[in-house]
Amino acid sequence: MLVAMLLLFALAPFAGGCGRGAGKSGQNTAAAPKEITVSAAISLKDALEKIKEEYTKEHPEVKIIYNLGSSGALQKQIEQGAPVDLFISAGVSQMDQLAEKGLLEPDSRINLLSNELVVVVPKDSRKVKEFADLAGPAVKKVALGLPETVPAGMYAKESLVNLKLWDQLQPRLVMANDVRQVLTYVETGNVDAGFVFRSDALMGKNVKVALAVPDGLHKPIVYPAAVLKNAPQKAAAREFLNYLASPQGMGIFEQYGLKAGKK
Amino acid sequence: MAGSEVHAPVLLSLRVAALAVAIVFAAGVAAARLMAGRDFPGKDAVDAVFTLPLVLPPTVVGFGLLFLFGKQGPLGRLLDSWWGVSVVFHWWGAVIASAVVAFPLLYQTVRASFQAVDRNLENAARTLGAGEWRVFWSVSLPLAWPGLAAGVVLAFARALGEFGATLMVAGNIPGRTQTVPLAIYAAAESGDNRTALVLVGMMTLLSFTVIFWVNRWSKRRLKRWMPDEAELPRQKSSK
Repeated sequence: MLVAMLLLFALAPFAGGCGRGAGKSGQNTAAAPKEITVSAAISLKDALEKIKEEYTKEHPEVKIIYNLGSSGALQKQIEQGAPVDLFISAGVSQMDQLAEKGLLEPDSRINLLSNELVVVVPKDSRKVKEFADLAGPAVKKVALGLPETVPAGMYAKESLVNLKLWDQLQPRLVMANDVRQVLTYVETGNVDAGFVFRSDALMGKNVKVALAVPDGLHKPIVYPAAVLKNAPQKAAAREFLNYLASPQGMGIFEQYGLKAGKK
Repeated sequence: MAGSEVHAPVLLSLRVAALAVAIVFAAGVAAARLMAGRDFPGKDAVDAVFTLPLVLPPTVVGFGLLFLFGKQGPLGRLLDSWWGVSVVFHWWGAVIASAVVAFPLLYQTVRASFQAVDRNLENAARTLGAGEWRVFWSVSLPLAWPGLAAGVVLAFARALGEFGATLMVAGNIPGRTQTVPLAIYAAAESGDNRTALVLVGMMTLLSFTVIFWVNRWSKRRLKRWMPDEAELPRQKSSK
């Protein structure tokens, strides 16, 4: 009885035609729109959605499907044969691992985007004017992403080590699981300063950028992108990647605090 | 934000959780019945395997499922060659992930309630000539009913909230595999607190309604099967 009711409940939406399979999207006829699946780092969500809007205006025959998550999870999906056309990673190592396994379409990999590491503080705070202030008496807590798993945290650690502040700051460092958490700590005033990317800082409420970390203090920040070897829609994916890297695409990325990657 | 950002994940979550619970109910009751019965070699090992998804972090379960159901995985290849389907990046992947993660909750609860059923009552039914099926349906199952209802509630709640394993197997594709927890993650991650809060509210309301309803319904059901002492004489006298 219970089972029957659950089944009824579960099967009702099928009538609405929900059988469209993502797995079979590759074999479309000419009349149906071409579907390209883009696996991308979730930090790019807003910029990518805006780009999708613009791109489908120009290319109504193309349907862009985003799969958003952490770069590590996306990489694992691709390794297990998920039907992905284009991969945009927030870290170099995930892309390198796919390249080693021969899963990337040759010559398609580019350094699509770059970002800038910044120190954010609550909007009305005047405690941080230079890096030395982080170790000064006014600052009690500094947040950064866990260096092992959060790219922004990794670059922050590298910069602090190069500034010779890492050891000194140890007792006041707060490690967060992702950049969003760092922002929340700063927004709510639970920490005096936090390390995030400039694109993240733009999303924060009641925060301002106190310092930009010079590029020389850490390895280059790169978001690589590549078409995958087993992509169901290779040509369309390449075309979309070209658009992302074009002046129109970059114009949108820049609105969200991102920069073009260095070649 | 747009309405579809809220109602699409809610509908999908409901469908995924309901299907997952239906699968878990059938598999869980069968497994619980088997495990509550006679001992057999390796029984403890089987029990451990059935309970494992409860202990492992969901992302690990998700990675395991991705490995099994991926293009190169043993089950993935089977599905592909038989029916030409793939559950990766498909909402069926979300159903499988939710079912696997919710299974131990139902299984453990139902198993415990089967074990608590008085053997004498089952044996009494057998002496009166009932076959094993009849004993199961008319004696064991009704007596174990409170445990079954509790198992369904727990499994449904767990399936509805599933995040880690779903993200790995089904991906986070808006309008296609993005369940409510994934939509909350995506909204919160991009600083869209309003959408996130609306979804959290919907989810809370939804879970509350379903759990409340299942509890009410199973209580009524229970009364019909097992009239309490106060009602017994009246029922007798009416005959």
